[in-house]
Amino acid sequence: MRIVESTTTSLSGNAQAAMRWNRKDLLGLRELSVDEINFILETADAFKQVGTREIKKVPALRGKTLVNFFVEPSTRTRTSFELAAFRLSADVINISATASSLKKGETLKDTARNLEALHADILVLRHSSAGAPQFLANRLEASVINAGDGAHEHPTQALLDLYTIREKRGKIAGLHVAIIGDILFSRVARSNIFGLVKLGACVTLVGPSTLVPREFEKLGVQISHKIDNVLPSADVVNLLRVQHERQRKEYFPGTGEYTRFFGLTKERAKLLKPDCLIMHPGPINRGVEIDSEVADGLQSVILDQVTNGLAVRMAVLYLCGGIANT
Amino acid sequence: MKNGKQNSSVGVLIMDAEAIRRALRRIAHEIIERNPRLPEIVLAGIPSRGAEIARRIADFICAIEKIDIETGAIDVAMHRDDVGTRAALPVVRASKLPVPLEERTVIVVDDVLFTGRTVRAAMDAINSFGRPARIQFAALIDRGHRELPIRADYVGKNLPTAANEKVRVRIGSADEADGVWLIKPEGAG
Repeated sequence: MRIVESTTTSLSGNAQAAMRWNRKDLLGLRELSVDEINFILETADAFKQVGTREIKKVPALRGKTLVNFFVEPSTRTRTSFELAAFRLSADVINISATASSLKKGETLKDTARNLEALHADILVLRHSSAGAPQFLANRLEASVINAGDGAHEHPTQALLDLYTIREKRGKIAGLHVAIIGDILFSRVARSNIFGLVKLGACVTLVGPSTLVPREFEKLGVQISHKIDNVLPSADVVNLLRVQHERQRKEYFPGTGEYTRFFGLTKERAKLLKPDCLIMHPGPINRGVEIDSEVADGLQSVILDQVTNGLAVRMAVLYLCGGIANT
Repeated sequence: MKNGKQNSSVGVLIMDAEAIRRALRRIAHEIIERNPRLPEIVLAGIPSRGAEIARRIADFICAIEKIDIETGAIDVAMHRDDVGTRAALPVVRASKLPVPLEERTVIVVDDVLFTGRTVRAAMDAINSFGRPARIQFAALIDRGHRELPIRADYVGKNLPTAANEKVRVRIGSADEADGVWLIKPEGAG
């Protein structure tokens, strides 16, 4: 007989007992307290278990309408939010940039007001401009969930990274986490930095000086331009995707050069501690920031991140969507 | 309004620790009597007090019949029908149930039976884990005021109440004695 239960134990004691959630929006990790972050992670424990049930669906958001509004292309984040909403019994509408009236010149605010006129309860927004979710959250009664805004924040990605570290290592405080790659343009890096620093991890940013400027030290992190110096002491390495679509030539000479200096190659991976976790928000560029053997190796938790992303997004939709009308 | 014994909270003591113990032992006997095939039973407590009560009933059954009864927890928060209308969002916790539930008798255990909405949600939650042969329900206190056609199979104590009164159950606290108190609304003394 198999016992279904959450594999993760509550580590912070109980943030759940100590607090009450009262945010209708999730815009970033910068404004969240430690208790709020732990509360989301503990709520995600409960929702992770729903995925192991015979019927992987609960009625928590039955009758609510969620709009996935993706002004930038994204498959995995949109799909993850969509499946999370299905599992909570919400109805989902997907709107992508190419299909939307933004192409016809409608402003963001007008589009959003139209969505609200349809009585959408939750708006999941991916946008190329930093601050777009905040702009809408201030103007709409609906819950606004930031699914990535420009180079600003991507809170659910950071929460699923935190969840995965906590699940695999049993804690976050005191761990040494190396975030490697294009930090300057990365909302994933920013959200991770806010979350990790709040929860007491020691963070080192690694990358070429053009992509890892010194200003980041103000966020309470270390900076290094030599990956080989950082890998031996890391408990977690989080590799960011080289964003071809955002790169301009002046930041680094080419992907071959990047791999030579900052790629997690098979040889470099030998520098890692045996229990070091290898993470990547996806989609991975095999052979660029990470070798195939490493991405598919035993230390890689890349697919656990995908599974946990669903649980974390269910928790966020439940908390923000559940509170919106009260 | 008088203070209950062994307790600083305001309210009338309805059951002390010994009365709770006897009621749960009687429920254990009733479960044994009603369920000839004891190994098929799963006790599913509704967190947190229902889970504690389920553990105690299992201990009594074990002491009487020398058989270990499987005990789990069933979280109902994500199956409630009032998310978004209550003042506070219910906290969700992970459930812990043995699977498969087919051919099993699941006995839902809670501290207080009131409107019946919680146990309805518990039945929905159980069905998402599988299809048990039957579901029964045990409550330490039945205080009336049902809003759904639901009744308990095993009741520790029937307690007539007014709708605006509160029933407080403390069980399994590390440093305070168990008890059940009836609390009158403010100003109704």
